[in-house]
Amino acid sequence: MAKSKATRKSGETMKMTSSRETVVQGMDDEELQRALADDIISASEDEGGSDDERKHCKLLEAISSLGGKKRKKLTERSEASIQVSEFTVNAEGEGDKINLSDLIGTLDKTPSALIKTKKQLKNLQHNQSTLETPLTRKETEKIQREVAFEKTSKEVSRWQSVVLQNQKAEQLVFPLNQEPSGPKRIEQVVAGWKAQTPLEQEIFSLLRMNKQPLHDPVLTPTEEASLRAMSLEEAKIRRAELQKTRVLQSYYEAKAKRERKIKSKKYHRVQKKVMRKEYLKQFDEMVKTDPAAALEELKKMELSRMKERMSLKHQNSGKWAKSKAIMAKYDDGARKAMQIQLEVNKDLTQKLVIPADEDEEDEEESAETLPDFVNDVEPILDQVNPWMRGKLSTEPMMQEESNRLDPPVWPREVGKPGEGWDDQEEDEEQMEETEEESLLRGFEERRKLRQTEDVEVAPMSMEENDDEKKAEILDISDDDEEAVEISDDEEAVEISDDEEAGLSNFTSLFHGLVKNHMEPPADQPKASPGAGQEESPALLEEGLVRVRTLEDVELLSQDISASDTALLTTQTPGTEETDTQSATQQADKKRKRKKMIDPNEVLTKEAKVIEMPLAPTAIEDVEDKEEQRIIIKEAFAGDDVISDFLKDKRKQEEAGRPKVIDLTLPGWGEWGGLGLQPSRSKRKRFRVKVAPPPPRQDQKLPNIIIAEKRDSSIAAHQVCQLPFPFENPTQFERTIRSPVGHTWNTQNTVQKITAPKVVTQLGAIIEPIAREDLIKNNRQAVTRPSINLESDQGPQKKRCSQQKKKHKRKRN
Amino acid sequence: MKVKVLSRNPDDYVRETKLDIQRVPRNYDPSLHPFEVPREYTRALNATKLERVFAKPFLASLDGHRDGVNCMAKHPKSLSTMLSGSCDGELKVWNLTKRECVRTLQAHEGFVRGMVVSFCGTSFFTVGDDKTIKQWKMETPGYGEEEEPLNTILGKSVFTSIDHHQKEGVFVTCGQQVDIWDEQRSNPIRSFSWGVDSFNCVRFNPVEVIMNMRSNTLCWNPMEAYNFTCSNEDYNLYTFDMRYLDKPVTVHMDHVSAVLDVDYSPTGKEFVSASFDKTIRIFPKDSGHSREVYHTKRMQHVISIKWSSDNKYILSASDEMNIRLWKANAAEKLGLLAPREKSAVNYSQKLKEKFQHHPQIRRISRHRHLPKSIYSQSKELRVMKEARRRKERNVRKHSKPGSMPVVTEKEKHVVTVVK
Repeated sequence: MAKSKATRKSGETMKMTSSRETVVQGMDDEELQRALADDIISASEDEGGSDDERKHCKLLEAISSLGGKKRKKLTERSEASIQVSEFTVNAEGEGDKINLSDLIGTLDKTPSALIKTKKQLKNLQHNQSTLETPLTRKETEKIQREVAFEKTSKEVSRWQSVVLQNQKAEQLVFPLNQEPSGPKRIEQVVAGWKAQTPLEQEIFSLLRMNKQPLHDPVLTPTEEASLRAMSLEEAKIRRAELQKTRVLQSYYEAKAKRERKIKSKKYHRVQKKVMRKEYLKQFDEMVKTDPAAALEELKKMELSRMKERMSLKHQNSGKWAKSKAIMAKYDDGARKAMQIQLEVNKDLTQKLVIPADEDEEDEEESAETLPDFVNDVEPILDQVNPWMRGKLSTEPMMQEESNRLDPPVWPREVGKPGEGWDDQEEDEEQMEETEEESLLRGFEERRKLRQTEDVEVAPMSMEENDDEKKAEILDISDDDEEAVEISDDEEAVEISDDEEAGLSNFTSLFHGLVKNHMEPPADQPKASPGAGQEESPALLEEGLVRVRTLEDVELLSQDISASDTALLTTQTPGTEETDTQSATQQADKKRKRKKMIDPNEVLTKEAKVIEMPLAPTAIEDVEDKEEQRIIIKEAFAGDDVISDFLKDKRKQEEAGRPKVIDLTLPGWGEWGGLGLQPSRSKRKRFRVKVAPPPPRQDQKLPNIIIAEKRDSSIAAHQVCQLPFPFENPTQFERTIRSPVGHTWNTQNTVQKITAPKVVTQLGAIIEPIAREDLIKNNRQAVTRPSINLESDQGPQKKRCSQQKKKHKRKRN
Repeated sequence: MKVKVLSRNPDDYVRETKLDIQRVPRNYDPSLHPFEVPREYTRALNATKLERVFAKPFLASLDGHRDGVNCMAKHPKSLSTMLSGSCDGELKVWNLTKRECVRTLQAHEGFVRGMVVSFCGTSFFTVGDDKTIKQWKMETPGYGEEEEPLNTILGKSVFTSIDHHQKEGVFVTCGQQVDIWDEQRSNPIRSFSWGVDSFNCVRFNPVEVIMNMRSNTLCWNPMEAYNFTCSNEDYNLYTFDMRYLDKPVTVHMDHVSAVLDVDYSPTGKEFVSASFDKTIRIFPKDSGHSREVYHTKRMQHVISIKWSSDNKYILSASDEMNIRLWKANAAEKLGLLAPREKSAVNYSQKLKEKFQHHPQIRRISRHRHLPKSIYSQSKELRVMKEARRRKERNVRKHSKPGSMPVVTEKEKHVVTVVK
């Protein structure tokens, strides 16, 4: 910048001088000469006198008068030093800047130099490239800040491992870096001790002369200096590291030596094979991680292949091969060797094929497997039958099928076909089975199961009422009848066991379905008030009640139990009923109760499908849905959800009914043995009848099962949600089940278990984490590479050990 | 001939002193000690109840200032010494064990804005509204000596805050600009420096992150070099990782008015915040909500807060001229504990932790009394927030999918990061 300015200036001054010359031409010779002389004098001489100055001023005035324009120059009295510089350079007037011409003035005596400089100046003048303007201050500051920020954040990141370590620590004892407690060394404690006796003095003077430590553990100055140079920790780390490397080195050397001495050909062959395998594995990895390197490797392989093809190695032209060829007729081993060699040749000369298209295929597949209905809104097809809600996982297959325009195929054993597709079915029977059959196999099995049960269900449904009546009778009836009844009960139990298997199967399937069904709305934000996605629940429950005494606390807990039970009672049906009934159905239930129709009768009857002319809003859609509905109906044709539910409920009721306790002891006070029953009177006497429980809560609710097992008083104390860090209930239960106290554990374990996470000392000042803590960090950093080293050599080691084993085996 | 003799180690059954409790050999067979879960549950329940009953955090009130207390400073070497500066420029040195004022001096004209004790504890610095930094001796002047500052540095603008380096004679002030000073010099070493030299505890008002509202104060985590928490006018506190300033690590909410001050516990696990809503709250460092709330009828807007460096006490300075001393753990027993006491405390602590998810225990341990005004205010805030969320949800529901991106709570509060 300054330079360019200077050049510009110089240009101007040149012009000035030239103009002055023209002016000067017009002047008198004397004056001219005088002026020139003036110039020269003023420029060359160190100290111009006051005369010179005056003359100079006059000259200037004369020039200005000549020029027409009246230039006014400030003429002031001033210090000489301003005008006359120590570098023999002078500006022309007051306030003028020094021009280049002034500088050149001194060079008059050496004309050659003048020409040179002129040239240079000209060059400068021609050179018009300017420097770029510097960035604004704001921008530079911004850049500086950014750089500094990066630097500091990098520096700060060094703490990360320490911080993490502290966070993960089981117990932190503050203050962190405590001095080890215990007695200190005498030398540290007794500082002001002096040698007093002459003997002592003599000894100490000797020791000092040799710079020996006065006390045993204290170090010499040189040692101390060296220690100071490197902290103890670091030194230890360093030493450990060196030791390790040394040991490793010697170990590998020894091993290499051992291996080199092995003469067995087979061993080496095996080794080579292993190496090759390893290499292949590495190559595979390389393909994944570093494709460029892999490509190079490939090229190398290609090259080796070319070489192999060019050479006659591994072909049957060698000396060895020829000899073997002769032997091959008689010797099996020789033949084998030849074959092996040929194979090697084949392997080496084979061209490599790079699989490239796999990925694309994969992608296509994945695209196919992704069903479209995932994002669709769930259509409600049949409000009553829960099976008809939600789309099943079978859907994609069905779509495929519809694409292929293969009409669906239904096997004959379908239980109760719906009216809508009755006709189709007959046609389809003759058709071939398609893949979807495999999908439907699961349903089929279920159907078969159901069919076998259905045989029973028909009479069972008849029996149901009878059973109930019988149960009523049971309470009133005589003992004789009871005996019979018991046997009946046993049978019932057997049957119900069979049923149970089917039921559990069914319910598990159902749960899965319900889950599927529940998932789509899950992506909507949860409607629960006060619980956002980000927010964690509040740690405090703030209220207006002040707790002062234990009684208040008790009140508090009662409060909660009351509120909880209220909550729970509302929750129980939702949680415990077999999920078939939704809120809408509860509403239905109410309506039904109003109508006073016995729901048992209604429910056990088959639901009639009423065909309605659907308003065709979007024809294709409707057709699709219709088809799908039909398919689902078909699939679950045998599943009678309602009767299942009723059965389930009955079973629950039975389980809740108290059993008669039989305390008769056969053979006590009478004859006993095979085929002998205890007497009637005895049975009557020792049979304990338990009072019937209060009527079930769901007695009058036909489509609800309320679990009586759940005790609301206990529920108030139970955890209803799996707390955060736990992944499954069993985990949580396990932690709760293991006792902590000294009643169940030994003292040491109790201490260990109950140790607090943060321990602080009374009255000890805890200082912020200090730079010294970073040393630990360093140590980890130092040890890490060594670990890597090990892991790098891990496979080798393994390999070697494998080889050794093989070798041993071979020797054996 | 071999003679077999029954022998027992006397250590197993003989007491060391008469005062010792008789040793009872125990059989730990689980069948002999049934119902372990219910029994422990009862114990845990009792422990929580007792904890709430014994939760009396308020220890003392130090009065003597004649104007609102604006700032406080801890002594780095002595736990019992504490300094406080008030809005009328008065400065008091307190002895906390005796709970009395040791020394009073008129430090500044106008507010004492900031105060810090030098790392060696022999002197302290104050900054005030009169654009000066003054260095004072820690010792009280002898008889006849005048109360005079060791040094006075005249600045160009008002300094709002000051903090000292942990290990070196360097301190930082901030006002219009951030200055780093050497104790020995009267001119700042560096001005307006963005990179902070020490990681330990240099704090200044942050300017790098533009938030929706003004950030009041800032405190570095003493155990985690890169984390700091700042208190904000929008009732929240934000914990940042200084390397990633575009999103706070945690947003701590619970206050119902501007948060004025924050201080970390020396263990770095928790921090305490003072608010304009007349309460003090203690937050675990990684939790969004507070674990404790302190308030008193007479305590007004809390301006300054400090956590004592032994992790046991909290000091709060408020508008109504008082400094209050609180326990950091409300139900903790003060003073030395006998080993048996200690183990009992540990055990009950563990039990509480184990059963903390059980509804009864959770309810009891979480219950806090709040003054009606704050209670209703927080309720109102909750309703407002819920309404806002609902509205957002509805807007999202009725707009083109993807046009209304879900903005998390963390992202919501940071506008931009200014380079």
